[in-house]
Amino acid sequence: MYWNEEIETIDRSNLKKLQLKRLQGTVRILYEKVPFYQNKFKELGITPEDIKSLDDVRKLPFTTREDLRDNYPYGLLAVSRDKIVRLHTSSGTTGKPKAIFFSKNDINQSAELIARCLIMTGVTKDDVLQNMMTYGLFTGALVMHYGAEKVGILVIPAGPGNTERQIALMQDFGSTCLHLTPSYALYLSEVMESKGIKPKRDLSLKRAYLGAEPYSEETRKKLESMFEIDIYNSYGLSEMNGPGVAFECICKNGMHIWEDNFLVEILDPSSDEPVKEGQEGELVLTTLCREGMPLLRYRTKDITKVISGDCPCGRTHRRISRILGRVDDMFIVRGVNIFPQQIERVLMSIKGVAQNYQILLESYDKLSVKVEIEQDFFDGSIEHLLNLKTKITEKLKSEILVTPKVELVEPGTLPISEGKLNRVIDKRTL
Amino acid sequence: MAGIREISVFAENKPGKIEKITAVLANEGINILAITIASTNGFGIIKFIVDKTDLAYQKLKEKGFTVSLNEVLAFEMKDRPGQIHEIAKTLTKLEINMENAYVFVEDSRKKAYFIVQVKDMERAKRLLQKENLKLYDENKEVK
Repeated sequence: MYWNEEIETIDRSNLKKLQLKRLQGTVRILYEKVPFYQNKFKELGITPEDIKSLDDVRKLPFTTREDLRDNYPYGLLAVSRDKIVRLHTSSGTTGKPKAIFFSKNDINQSAELIARCLIMTGVTKDDVLQNMMTYGLFTGALVMHYGAEKVGILVIPAGPGNTERQIALMQDFGSTCLHLTPSYALYLSEVMESKGIKPKRDLSLKRAYLGAEPYSEETRKKLESMFEIDIYNSYGLSEMNGPGVAFECICKNGMHIWEDNFLVEILDPSSDEPVKEGQEGELVLTTLCREGMPLLRYRTKDITKVISGDCPCGRTHRRISRILGRVDDMFIVRGVNIFPQQIERVLMSIKGVAQNYQILLESYDKLSVKVEIEQDFFDGSIEHLLNLKTKITEKLKSEILVTPKVELVEPGTLPISEGKLNRVIDKRTL
Repeated sequence: MAGIREISVFAENKPGKIEKITAVLANEGINILAITIASTNGFGIIKFIVDKTDLAYQKLKEKGFTVSLNEVLAFEMKDRPGQIHEIAKTLTKLEINMENAYVFVEDSRKKAYFIVQVKDMERAKRLLQKENLKLYDENKEVK
């Protein structure tokens, strides 16, 4: 089953022609409308006429998350503000988020991609999708919501949390599809088990879409047997509309990335040269259909690889593997992107905190921060220490949106970090 | 009228901590007169009254412990029933709040000390001057 058979099974040579046409169009618009790209083109000595083939994409400038931050909020808009109908944001390293704008067409296009994804996993109009991602500034829930409505299935906008109510919704409305993070899926399965709920006997679940956090093939298998359903891997990032960038079909062997919408490069992050097909590298994406805020060669910092060969499902859009890692030190807790630098900035602004700290990720939804206190801060008062602990917890929560478990430790007891990466100890087995 | 100094050591709540701290004191021949531990989720504060306060403070610092010296009130009393009650009555009358308190008893069991930590030492000392309570003075009395 296809949502849009013509485009999903398009012949690769026609796909490339379409990509080139769209790339040239995107480049031309950016060259005319966006000063940031005008300057970049000038620096590189190129004009839209230089883009004659798809390989010429390598002449184009990269866009980084720092560029999004520097041009916050409106600097990268390619249309006038009255054409924009929605804002989403994504967390950044410096306190300021990245702003992503959608025009009406962009909303439709992101919904179109989700519709393809859902149908690709066997969804029909009789399905009921319980959307357990966060509704709000994150793209996760709303983009999926619009796509599911486009398909014409019933959407339950449950949002995350309140697990008892989630289970009641599944029972009362016969939810067949879930959209949630892997960490919440693990928690949900534990709660169901403790309540003696047998998914196959008591619920109508058929499948779940897991995204927003990295997780392993082992976890997928475990969750599939716990829920007795099929689990599909979903990839997206706010800068590229959110979910629906790449998605698994029923073959569950890699995610089809919608190449009519995104030009895919996989680059060696140390040389910025393309890797050989099938080798790991950083995923770099260029939007081909975006109107409000087109981006050239956006560095996702996500590491993946192309899965070679044709997919039995008949779709010609290439598949990428699940995300294998990050180029930078960003990590994800409960679906929220967190950079160690955000935590560091908060800690260093608080009096009584020494230089050294450690971030521990021990279970799927818990973030612990060990903080060394300053020698001189200690005055023998337990009250002062508890106040400090509360202050650190609250300030961190308002920055990273996740409540951490803060532990105060003696100065000089944490290992001395040589690089920022050592500060994060990830013991999770997601 | 003066008080006594208490040594506080900040410590993560894990096995072997007290052992390491007391090893420092034992090696220096420092006698612990009183010890109390306040612990909360994850960390604790160990408080000592010792015979050689300055030496203990210096050695603990040298060994890298997080140490603080604080003045506390040390009420001298007889080791018999009702003594703490008498002191507490006075403190209540003077509206002095006890933040933390503990007792140590002398070898002879003739005398004991009620150690009280208060927020405002100066105010407490001033108010207590007029009361008929005997406070231990670290500077005057030599054990």
